[in-house]
Amino acid sequence: MKNKVSFIVDFFSYGLKGGSSYYAWLGILSLFILPWAYGSYQQMVAKGMIVAGFTDQISWAVYEGNFVFLVGVAAAAVTVVFPYYVYNYKTLKNVVLIGEMLAITAVLLVMLFIIYHMGRPDRLWHLAPIIGIFSWPNSILTWDVIVLNGYLVLNLICAFYNMYKRYTGQPLNEKFYMTFVYISIVWALTIHTVTAFLMNTMATRPMWFHSLMPLKFLATAFAAGPALIIVALLTIRKNTKLEIPDEAINLLSQIVVWFLGIALFLLLSEVVTELYPSTEHSFQLKYALFGMFGLSKMVPWSWTSYLVMIGSFVLLLIPRVRKNYTFLPIICISLFIGIWIDKGYALVISGMIPSPLGEFSEYTPTWIEIFIIAGNWAIGLMIFTILAKGAVGVMLGDVIHPSAAGKEVAHH
Amino acid sequence: MPAEEKKEVKGTTISRRQFFKQAGAVSAAVAAAAASSVIAPEEAEARTTFAEFFQNNYRLMTDEEKKEAIARLEQRHSEEYGKKVTVDGSPAMKDVLFGYALNIQKCIGCRRCVYACVKENNQSRHDTEIQWIRVIRMEKGNFTVDDMDKGYPNSPNESFGIQVGGNAYKNAGVALEGQHYYQPERVPEKDAFYFPVQCMQCEKPPCVKVCPVRTTYRDPDGIVVIDYNWCIGCRMCMGACPYWARRFNWGDPNLPAEEMNPKTHYLGNRPRMRGVVEKCTFCLQRTRKGRYPACVEVCPVGARKFGNLLDPESEVRKILDRKKVFRLKADMNTYPKFFYFID
Ligand code: SF4
Ligand code: SF4
Repeated sequence: MKNKVSFIVDFFSYGLKGGSSYYAWLGILSLFILPWAYGSYQQMVAKGMIVAGFTDQISWAVYEGNFVFLVGVAAAAVTVVFPYYVYNYKTLKNVVLIGEMLAITAVLLVMLFIIYHMGRPDRLWHLAPIIGIFSWPNSILTWDVIVLNGYLVLNLICAFYNMYKRYTGQPLNEKFYMTFVYISIVWALTIHTVTAFLMNTMATRPMWFHSLMPLKFLATAFAAGPALIIVALLTIRKNTKLEIPDEAINLLSQIVVWFLGIALFLLLSEVVTELYPSTEHSFQLKYALFGMFGLSKMVPWSWTSYLVMIGSFVLLLIPRVRKNYTFLPIICISLFIGIWIDKGYALVISGMIPSPLGEFSEYTPTWIEIFIIAGNWAIGLMIFTILAKGAVGVMLGDVIHPSAAGKEVAHH
Repeated sequence: MPAEEKKEVKGTTISRRQFFKQAGAVSAAVAAAAASSVIAPEEAEARTTFAEFFQNNYRLMTDEEKKEAIARLEQRHSEEYGKKVTVDGSPAMKDVLFGYALNIQKCIGCRRCVYACVKENNQSRHDTEIQWIRVIRMEKGNFTVDDMDKGYPNSPNESFGIQVGGNAYKNAGVALEGQHYYQPERVPEKDAFYFPVQCMQCEKPPCVKVCPVRTTYRDPDGIVVIDYNWCIGCRMCMGACPYWARRFNWGDPNLPAEEMNPKTHYLGNRPRMRGVVEKCTFCLQRTRKGRYPACVEVCPVGARKFGNLLDPESEVRKILDRKKVFRLKADMNTYPKFFYFID
């Protein structure tokens, strides 16, 4: 027990320590907290969700979108875990933990966004099995609750068990550890699939109501997630002594291209299938792509995201660009944002336009909503920064129990 | 009263008069039980909020708990609105399945039903304004000879692809070209007909299926109800409803005390709170006592018909037997109990 406490203390105190640029980064992020607190107070306490841009026509919006997108980011940890453990791709040695830290952060952020999405967060306990009513298996949302919580626990176990063993210099219990690793690989797919089912089982929203949705969700997630991991790795490599081989980054950028290609193919199938017969069921996609009846707020967003995705795909296909570590992070960040626009903004909102009765209306986020979203992301980035820093410390052997210092133990 | 209750009819049918009587008896019993508790005001407020927070879902409460919950609400609302508010807890009556039929041939689009509903059911009046019934104005089809050759492709050499005649651009009276914000001087308008939409009380309600906490459920008389105290505000139901029947309390509802209807039902028109969903219940506070829904009563042209689907003699059943009846979005397979008909 004492060791565990000292591990947690050492881990986080290492995570919170850094050079001036480290503090500057955390300082910039913390600037978002004040407006976030103001927005949260307005929505949660003072006035309710009326301070955000929702209407009865567009009753799901950016909070839901961010939730969906971040589930994808969480699932994307599998893109490093899978090749490392299943294909024994050793160059990813120092990357796996970063991926798991990202997964943990993303799930926490998902939960944060869900709280903002709910009209009555004070009644969250109604969802708890036993003390509340958990409408399982009928309600897909309850499946989502299970898979997301499960995924969080699995990642916490895998990552922190591994780090704790390194910390104390003990060998891993292979059987125990690998069981959880394999479960978490499969589990990663379920979280995003179930989240897709949450939306695409709504038969009355034609833009979502197609069976490509889970696949497309996974494809875009496995492009956006590794893109973010690449940026994180390049930053870590620049600022710490942790060794991250080029091959690791090259593998990830290849994963990004493959899945981006699949995602674009699925997008093409969707567009052709919807637009060729051009029934009323294609109105939501048409609204997103071209606007309808003079309502076109979504058009610049959709096209930005599609063009960014296509552009990144073309550029990343070229090995010279892919291996240029000055360009790569720029492409990765714009791709991440592009996919965020597609999934986190355009998909959810356009799916609500027109309403099931055929009413066209538009959605504009309010400043309070923007404050909250920016604040949530800032909180997420802070958590990720601290967790990743701590993990780097463990991998470097800086975070280590006094009794274990100097011992050499083989580790994953 | 107990004597009345014993008269419960066992078969599958029930005459309208019997159904009226039974309903009255049940609700009177509940109201009497609920009115009997008195607590000191200030403390009551805090205790009420506390107890309300931890209460169970209405569907799973024991009769005792239901009485307590109702007494709490009556106390709180009476104080809030400065008048005696009753909260009824009448359960569904036996052998009753409510159904609704609307004659679109007769509807003149006057929206009296909309406002009668708002008044009866204590909807928020502004910021945001909530209405459970929306009347859609539909364009009548309009084909003219002048337009028949307009459209594209406009050269005879381009005969491939889709051809669109000029008349195809005109409305032919489908829901998607309809709108529910019309504000004419007079109704009915010459070129329109009207199509009111509200909760269809689906027999296979997608809204119930998706609700993660089962706060919205189908009661035995076929009404899909909501326990407003249990709703977590996730709006899954709003996403799933094919009829856009559900409304959300985005902020604190604004219900002026003088306009508040004090005769309420726990699962129906009692005042709602911020962050929960609501919708039409066929006025179960009235219909479970054998009265008509407010919209049926107010309709000036008699376009709205209501009754017990299990009673072959009821008006709705006769309409289903004799008129040309259809349901909205039958392809959704939700089995609505709200029918549209023409003579
Ligand atoms: S009309 Fe909508 S809200 Fe009413 S029961 Fe059907 S699905 Fe539910
Ligand atoms: S908003 Fe309320 S009634 Fe609707 S699905 Fe969520 S918890 Fe259920």
